[in-house]
Amino acid sequence: MQPPPPRDAAPLGYRDLTRLMSLMTGDEKHDTSATSTLDVTWVLYDRVLRVDPTRPDDPDRDRFLLSKGHGPMAYYAVLAAKGFLSVDQLAGFGSYGSPLGYHPDRMLVPGVEIGSGSLGHGLGLAVGTALGLRMANRTGPRVVVLVGDAELEEGSNLEAIQYAGRVGLDRLTTVVIDNQSASLGWPGGIAARFAAEGWSSVDVDGRNHQDLHRAFTAGQPGRPHAVVAHVEPKDA
Amino acid sequence: MDTPTTTLTPDPAAVDPGTQLDQRERFYDLVPRLLAEDSRLVLVVAEIGAGYLDPAAAAPVADRIVNVGIREQLMVGVGGGLALAGMRPILHSFPPFLVERPYEQVKLDIGHQGVGAVLVSTGGSYGLPPGGETHFGSRDVPLLDTLDGWTVHVPGHPDEAEVLLRRAVAGDGRVYLRLDPADNARPADVRTDRMSLLRRGSPNSRGTVVAVGPMADRVLAATEPLDLTVLYAATIRPFDAATLRATLAAPDVVVVEPYQRGTSTAQVSEALADLRHRVLGLGVARAEQRRYGTRTEHDALHHLDVSGLRHDIAAFLG
Repeated sequence: MQPPPPRDAAPLGYRDLTRLMSLMTGDEKHDTSATSTLDVTWVLYDRVLRVDPTRPDDPDRDRFLLSKGHGPMAYYAVLAAKGFLSVDQLAGFGSYGSPLGYHPDRMLVPGVEIGSGSLGHGLGLAVGTALGLRMANRTGPRVVVLVGDAELEEGSNLEAIQYAGRVGLDRLTTVVIDNQSASLGWPGGIAARFAAEGWSSVDVDGRNHQDLHRAFTAGQPGRPHAVVAHVEPKDA
Repeated sequence: MDTPTTTLTPDPAAVDPGTQLDQRERFYDLVPRLLAEDSRLVLVVAEIGAGYLDPAAAAPVADRIVNVGIREQLMVGVGGGLALAGMRPILHSFPPFLVERPYEQVKLDIGHQGVGAVLVSTGGSYGLPPGGETHFGSRDVPLLDTLDGWTVHVPGHPDEAEVLLRRAVAGDGRVYLRLDPADNARPADVRTDRMSLLRRGSPNSRGTVVAVGPMADRVLAATEPLDLTVLYAATIRPFDAATLRATLAAPDVVVVEPYQRGTSTAQVSEALADLRHRVLGLGVARAEQRRYGTRTEHDALHHLDVSGLRHDIAAFLG
């Protein structure tokens, strides 16, 4: 893994993200899925997660697991804005010598908690991480995993959702980016499915930063928390 | 090179079938004590095995025994997450539910994340013959062979299983421990990954037989009348090419494995790449047999009983 790059001289903000994403070019086919996560990822890194680019391996850091590894340009842009990457690295997106692939690799990028891309793996890893932190008496860190509404079609997610609810993993938060890309949809809504498994759950406008922050800081003791962030439909 | 010589001759005084725990029972007996000794260790099961732990022994470490229910993908995913959080997970089930069903989790949630885990299977290739193909496990080691960085232990005795498990949990790597219902009469020294010499053939011997795990006793019996070198491997990955070469008289090698036949023939060929050589893999046939019955009947079916091994080895090296 490469060492963390030096921070950029001037702090970068939300308004810089579009420019940062434009630095990444190539044959990426997931433009919609990339932008769907932009506001959620920004709010998490800007206002919720306790992470520090100078200490990416701090055992008491919060963990953000991007399970929906497709279209990671928004993720990389936020990491660059927050100092985990240098802006210069973004231009190499997808190239042979770049650490920034079309699907993130934790072994290549400081601050990236998991390698992802094959859908349906992040929730299980998040459950294990939350369990491990609890066993190690690290009760401070929270584990936030981001999945897509179509990704929930993978059955492995259901195994994790069921288990986390039964055992009350209250340091675990799942944020579902719902851009209605699941081919068969979710009759009754996604939040209700988490609630049925014992999670606290909330629907929120995935573009409203204030509402997102409120949703991420809500939840109930003794329960994992699900935030269903609705954004514009993928095919709109 | 110092190649250890091990005798596996049955010693009735040392083996009491009435009290001897088999490999699986030894694992269930041992694992709570290991957890008590090392606060990094976590046992993760998917129902199978949960009921075999002694409740009194498990109680002090119950917070590090995770039963996710019949959710094998989650079992491996949780293992990967535990490792990411700094713990040392031990994952346990039958081979098809530990390696085959959650293969992608083994590949991505452990290997791709760059973390380690200890996978412990029980049942071997056909530990429950009436269970049929859904519960047979001969394809586990070949599947793991497609992945990078896995150490594969195949103990042939409960004592070996304990030594190998203790070694596995003490490290940080990716280890597969394949427990088998069949045992050799006596344990070998498995404190290293090197193969041991069970029988040294003459300088004019016809070749070498590598017996893996529980195949040792029957290979020794099958080759008794033949002038052959017999090596014993309780660790088959990494493959101990050095010992094979150091003890080689004739470049003709048979590998007898308790899982899919031919799994290690490529490793033998690689070890002898600069020599004209012949290699034969014996083990469980690839084809689905659709037979139930007993382990003895399946041993015979796959030519893994003494008479079958004698026939096949003699035909190749005789």
